[in-house]
Amino acid sequence: MDMIEAKHLSRAFGKAHRPWAKQSPDALRAVDDVSLRVAAGEIYGLVGPDGAGKTTFIRLLCNAIRADAGEATIAGYSAARQPELARAQIGYLSQRFSLYEELTVLENLRFFAEVRGLPAQEWKPRCHEILAFVGLDEFGSRRAKLLSGGMKQKLGLAAALVHRPRVLLLDEPTTGVDPLTRQDFWQLIIRLVSDAEHGVAVLVSTPYMDEASRCGRIGLLHHGHLLTEGTPTQLRATLQGRVLELAGTPLRALRRIAEQDVGVEDVQMFGDRLHLRVKPGAGDDVISRLRAPAAPLQVTRLRSVPPQLEDVFIALTAEVAAMPTTEGK
Amino acid sequence: MTNSRLLSIIRKEFVQIARDPRTLVLALIIPVVQLFLLGYAANNDVRNIPLAIYDQDRGPTARALIDAYRAADYFKLAYDVDSEAELRTLIENGDARAGLIIPADYSLQIKSGSSAQVAFILDGSDPTAASTALAAAQFIGQAHATAIMSERLQQKGQTAALTLPVDVRTQVWYNPDLASAYFMVPGLTGMILQTLTSILTASAVVRERERGTIEQLIVTPIRPWELLLGKLLPYTILALVNTFEVLVIGSLWFNVPVRGDLFQIALVSGLFLVTGLGIGLLASTIANTQQEAILTVWMTLLPSIFLSGFFFPLEAMPRFLQVISYAIPLRYYLVAIRSLMLKGVGIESLQPQIIPLIIFGLLIMSAAALRFKKRLD
Repeated sequence: MDMIEAKHLSRAFGKAHRPWAKQSPDALRAVDDVSLRVAAGEIYGLVGPDGAGKTTFIRLLCNAIRADAGEATIAGYSAARQPELARAQIGYLSQRFSLYEELTVLENLRFFAEVRGLPAQEWKPRCHEILAFVGLDEFGSRRAKLLSGGMKQKLGLAAALVHRPRVLLLDEPTTGVDPLTRQDFWQLIIRLVSDAEHGVAVLVSTPYMDEASRCGRIGLLHHGHLLTEGTPTQLRATLQGRVLELAGTPLRALRRIAEQDVGVEDVQMFGDRLHLRVKPGAGDDVISRLRAPAAPLQVTRLRSVPPQLEDVFIALTAEVAAMPTTEGK
Repeated sequence: MTNSRLLSIIRKEFVQIARDPRTLVLALIIPVVQLFLLGYAANNDVRNIPLAIYDQDRGPTARALIDAYRAADYFKLAYDVDSEAELRTLIENGDARAGLIIPADYSLQIKSGSSAQVAFILDGSDPTAASTALAAAQFIGQAHATAIMSERLQQKGQTAALTLPVDVRTQVWYNPDLASAYFMVPGLTGMILQTLTSILTASAVVRERERGTIEQLIVTPIRPWELLLGKLLPYTILALVNTFEVLVIGSLWFNVPVRGDLFQIALVSGLFLVTGLGIGLLASTIANTQQEAILTVWMTLLPSIFLSGFFFPLEAMPRFLQVISYAIPLRYYLVAIRSLMLKGVGIESLQPQIIPLIIFGLLIMSAAALRFKKRLD
């Protein structure tokens, strides 16, 4: 069953939001006609750079801001027309730590458990259960202010989960968290969805491609548009055979030559090597052209490699940029 | 279920108040400091004005006049000078605020039965003090002149004591000593109710936005009215505690009488409180940071202080300011609380104040509640 369903959600900021004002090109369409579905037991990664509209989209899902058009449904409840019922099913972790710093860990959990209607006799065992789950059970009486960044995120997750929501919305949950805690955090989320009985639908936004590859399905968001959707494997397959890896010296001169090649669409620096994206079917031609450059240039390695999500994302955004603008239609 | 949500918010709010030293100081200490500051500093009672005397006569008759001034505690004889220039310098420096010049022929004039002229000079740069001093100086002079006249008549053989044709006996009701504290303390409860509740309410709401906690609150099933009440009730209680605090200190320390019914005082204060809470809530819907909220509240505060009759009597204001003052809720509360405390009247005779207070409270609170949304945009 689809626990999250977004249909043609749109939201603009600035002048476009005010119906009486003339539509102006400077109005920012933060989310533009985005539709997606997330099923129970699924982790959906909403991937995109800063300013792509990820936060706005998540806020639209929980009706924290109003949609200009379209509809969001959470576990069958309309986010806009049945906000209380929909929100009762949502656990939401915002990008910024948004719990009460003056309150202790346990007081924070108790507050969110109570306002979400957890019965009085149930909140205490549940709070301890969820604290044990995120590994904070020793810190119940510590003020939230005194927690480390990673612990704060875990407390945020605990608070989001305390009422056993069926939908979990995570807005860049691991931004600014150390790699070890990030690993912990993902293990927790995977455990949540794999619970056969209470399989939770998770929508997580992230700017990091390595995190995106942990998701069951990915949507690429760019300038408010959902460019494409699919499993990581499906998305990578779209560029199969079109990504070449080139190593050699001097790298900068090799890059210039590669950029001028007719078969090459794009060149990206990847540490001590280059990734070339070539036109469909042009891989072998490019390899033969670039393999032996004139001395003193030297190519030590040039071969086709499996594409990464990052390559896919760059290719897709380049495609969008090349398309005629749809603004002002 | 609904009740438990509301209670959770209220409890959370109290825990936050108790653990935030800034709020605690603002809520519990500042009112006391304000009370003592205004109780003492905003004192219109004029006493011990430094007086410089240039006595050219130096005779016992002149001495008697000086003694008359000395006897009243309005003036203290600070300087005895030998020239008019010296007296002028003292007043210019501010060392003396008043000067008395007795001419050389003062005794002679009195003895000869004619009218002796003395000059009394006042520093008018502080009109409040000067007007009190002026009245005192005139009154002491008149009384002394009457005494001399009576003496003269007796010397002329009239044994009957001098009787004035009209004897005006003044009585000051409610505040016989005209103590400023009587006026300031009830006014201060009004000031504190408005300032403190509006600032605390505004910060409490804006703080959620500033720290991002509002995002979590929004995504809970809390209904807007529950959030609204949960925010307002703790500060209502705090404000009532403050009012009580000010009243207790006012009556125990400043001896301000509390003649009216305590329950009625609480009732009228509670009514006025709605306005304070509404102003705070309204400010919170405009401001994005706590600083902005406090500034917004401050802007409503200045007209309230100056146009409500808190410091300056409304009767002395030009007509158009008097008209504006009808739009200041504090004006009505001040009249009501002063009547309740000092005159001991009951609320049944305060309808002209209570009805506007109800109207203002309803208007401001509904405007605030309408603007108060449980959403981010």
